[in-house]
Amino acid sequence: MAERGPGARRPVFLARASYRRRRLEDTARLAPLAAAFLWALPLLWPRGETPLSTVLVYLFAAWGLSVLASWALARALRRSARDADGDA
Amino acid sequence: MLGFNALVSIALLYGAFLFGVAFAAERRAAGGRDGWLRSPWIYTLSLSIYCTAWTFYGAVGYAARSGLEYLTIYLGPSLVMIGWWWLLRKLVRIGRAQRITSIADLVSSRFGKSDLLGVIVTLLAVVGVTPYIALQLQSIAQSLDVFAGRAAADWAARGGGSAALWSAVGLALFTILFGTRNLDSNERHHGIVMAVAVEAVVKLGALLAVGVYVVWGLGGGPAEMLARIDASAISGWEQSGGRWIGFTLLSAGALLCLPRMFQVLVVENADEDHLATASWAFPLYLGLMSLFVVPIAVTGLELLPEGANPDMFVLTVPLSQGRDGLAVLAFLGGFSSAASMVMVATIALATMMSNHIIVPLWLRARSGGAMMAGDVRAVVLAARRLSILGVLGLGYVYFRLSGGGAALASIGLVAFVGVVQVLPALIGGLFWRGATRSGAAAGLLAGFAVWLWAMFLPSVGDGTAIPAGVMAAGPFGLEWLRPQALFWTGGLDPVLHAALWSLALNAALFVLVSLASFPGPVERLQGAQFVGVFELSEGPGSWARGAADAEPLLVMAQRIIGAAEAQAIFARHAARQGKQGRLPDVTPDFIRVLERELAGSVGAATAHAMIGQMTEGVSVSVEDLIAVADETAQIMEYSNRLEQKSAELERTASALREANAQLTALSVQKDGFLSQISHELRTPMTSIRAFAEILREGGLDPAEQDRFAAIIGDEASRLTRLLDDLLDLSVLEAGQGLLDLREIGLGEVVDRALDAALPLREGLRVERDPALDQVTLDTDPDRLAQVFINLIANARKYCEAPQPELRILWRPDCHAVDFIDNGAGIPPEQGRVIFEKFSRLGEAGKAGGAGLGLAICREIMARLGGAIRYLPGGQGSGSAFRVELPVKAAPLGVGQPLAG
Repeated sequence: MAERGPGARRPVFLARASYRRRRLEDTARLAPLAAAFLWALPLLWPRGETPLSTVLVYLFAAWGLSVLASWALARALRRSARDADGDA
Repeated sequence: MLGFNALVSIALLYGAFLFGVAFAAERRAAGGRDGWLRSPWIYTLSLSIYCTAWTFYGAVGYAARSGLEYLTIYLGPSLVMIGWWWLLRKLVRIGRAQRITSIADLVSSRFGKSDLLGVIVTLLAVVGVTPYIALQLQSIAQSLDVFAGRAAADWAARGGGSAALWSAVGLALFTILFGTRNLDSNERHHGIVMAVAVEAVVKLGALLAVGVYVVWGLGGGPAEMLARIDASAISGWEQSGGRWIGFTLLSAGALLCLPRMFQVLVVENADEDHLATASWAFPLYLGLMSLFVVPIAVTGLELLPEGANPDMFVLTVPLSQGRDGLAVLAFLGGFSSAASMVMVATIALATMMSNHIIVPLWLRARSGGAMMAGDVRAVVLAARRLSILGVLGLGYVYFRLSGGGAALASIGLVAFVGVVQVLPALIGGLFWRGATRSGAAAGLLAGFAVWLWAMFLPSVGDGTAIPAGVMAAGPFGLEWLRPQALFWTGGLDPVLHAALWSLALNAALFVLVSLASFPGPVERLQGAQFVGVFELSEGPGSWARGAADAEPLLVMAQRIIGAAEAQAIFARHAARQGKQGRLPDVTPDFIRVLERELAGSVGAATAHAMIGQMTEGVSVSVEDLIAVADETAQIMEYSNRLEQKSAELERTASALREANAQLTALSVQKDGFLSQISHELRTPMTSIRAFAEILREGGLDPAEQDRFAAIIGDEASRLTRLLDDLLDLSVLEAGQGLLDLREIGLGEVVDRALDAALPLREGLRVERDPALDQVTLDTDPDRLAQVFINLIANARKYCEAPQPELRILWRPDCHAVDFIDNGAGIPPEQGRVIFEKFSRLGEAGKAGGAGLGLAICREIMARLGGAIRYLPGGQGSGSAFRVELPVKAAPLGVGQPLAG
């Protein structure tokens, strides 16, 4: 890690913030892939034996999870954008 | 049971309510109190027009037929929204930066504001969406029929279509009223959007209400409902993976390409941040819309008699239980779904038709161009109104012709595959700068054609558009062209088959033709602007200060966006430029802003053409130059490389020319040498022959005989010497012959030469430098001595001083031996040539040689690594030759540490 002198603190903080922002953007890009994986998963379950209700409950649970994750991501992205604007 | 007339009254009241909402929203927006109209929630709700009557009624029918597969239609758009960071963010940014008015405008604008592409996409959209609009009309008619108590199956035969007709007329009126009030799309259609948002709440509420009633009122709670689902006819999980993934991708693409979705996603977007909210709120909306679909379907299958239309379960289930209120709510939900879709879809299509087909045609018909063209504003509005009527009319005609026979779901899928043909050009245009107009046009046309043949025409009805024989055996007996088995791929699901082949050919042609073709300048500028929209915040290809004055521009702008609006824009710009009055200077910046304002009304291609007529000529701004700078840099680098290559070729050519000249010179020299040598050989031979003749004739006294024989002997030996010399020279010149290198003292070599050249030391006094004995050499002593002998012999022969003298001196500073005599020296002009072959000073005979001696010396010294030169000292100071000796290399290891 860099030194924590009084002069060095601010740049380190800035770099960290923009680093976090980049990783947030990466997460936003990965999110649809993860959701697609979740929603395609039942295709691997045995046909004819799996009850429809199980698939139905699973799919809507995955749906809820995706919405929650997307909500958290959107909030974090907006917050980090606001912070970036404030610093600029 | 609720009367048919009561229901119609409720529908009319609801329509009036929507009208009021839209009107209030317009009023608020006009009064500047549009804060909450621009909220992300309104934006998200307006996206709900994705859920049409196909969702509201059709999803239940779909589920009753194919289980959970209906979910794919909502999973795809959810994925696109969750992945907004990839695509939607860029799309919305471009839409705002370029004032895009429709998806056709986007494609046309990206590929150089091309009219052709705008027309293709517009036609594709009209053909693809018309059945979809027909589907909405059908759903309204069908739902009314359910209430009217008529059997759903024979409604068409009994003239039930009049409901559809009146709905169409009502919707057309509503859309014209609120959709064509203003022309600048950037102002957005607040009334329509607000009405759509209210309808979104109504349809979600209605579907949830029916769902809650089915699960808790009829089904006995969630657990029991799940058990019923497993006990029902659709209980098995038999889903085909291909259809699951294929339909998910298809609906994801449709969300981006459907004209009405593009309208609400991009054109009506007021703030990019709204996407962040919609990214989770819209998937949530879709999830809620599809949550109760399966329970409703299962309950309908249980409760209603066999043969009941599952598309109408949302209405028929509550009706069968006597829940009229709930059924009316459901009816309003379905009506809302249909109405909002029809309104936005017709606005989107009408914008495309007027901007890309009607207005360009009208402008072209008026040869005077935009200046002379009267009130463009009125024309554009009229074109839009006509287009709205036209689109709804087409939808109605399709509805009447198709007879409402097909299941709702299949029509939706036909439309999806049709509009998704825009996807390759859209995605390629957004992310690939190499995409060209020709590529996009080729791909779109191919995809369009395949879709028409493989999906649209067969969907119109069995045997109507395509005869049954062609369906089974292909056109002209070409089996590989069978509509549902292209290239012998008959085993596929027909929808997947059409989607696969149309998109595959579309994308392949798009990429291949793009790779092979070369984009025009405006195309390349627009490509850079689109692909790099986050890097370049500035606008598209801008205008140079052309011939246009502000006055005519104002006149034209007034005709398109209205007088007050146009004057406000001009005055604002004049103020920004710090000018008094209402007319600004016509700067490129101002023209760019004006073009965008116009583009918001009539589309990019038309606005560009209109401004082009006024300013006479396209030019590029600094930003555009920066945008293409990297491309230019690449081109320059390439041309630099070419230049280097050509310089290299030039050098090679001149080297070749030089070599050729040298060869020619050599050949001349060789000729000279040969004639010289034959001359040299002939002279002695002539005298030998002559004296031999004389001797043979006899009659000579012995003294004469002796003299002649001696002459013959001399000449023969001279000939021998000449031949020896020539041989020697040729060996040396060819670099052949081995050197016998030894370590030897320089003094010893000089002494040996003196002994050979002056065995008796007479005729020439020699002064020898004692320093010569200090020097040791690593050389061939015989060859070096040969050089020295030559020089000493020359001095003896040519030195004409009364008392000839030769000084042999060691020059340590230049590691050389000097031979200096006290003769007359050599004239300077001859000093240069004495080392050439056959060069002699003065009389040839005197030296008794062929003039090869010094030439041989030079070759020897070159072989030994040294040199011999004549020191020009001027006549009278004697001639001086310097023999530079090679510096002996330092023995290995001296001055270096030895390794190991």
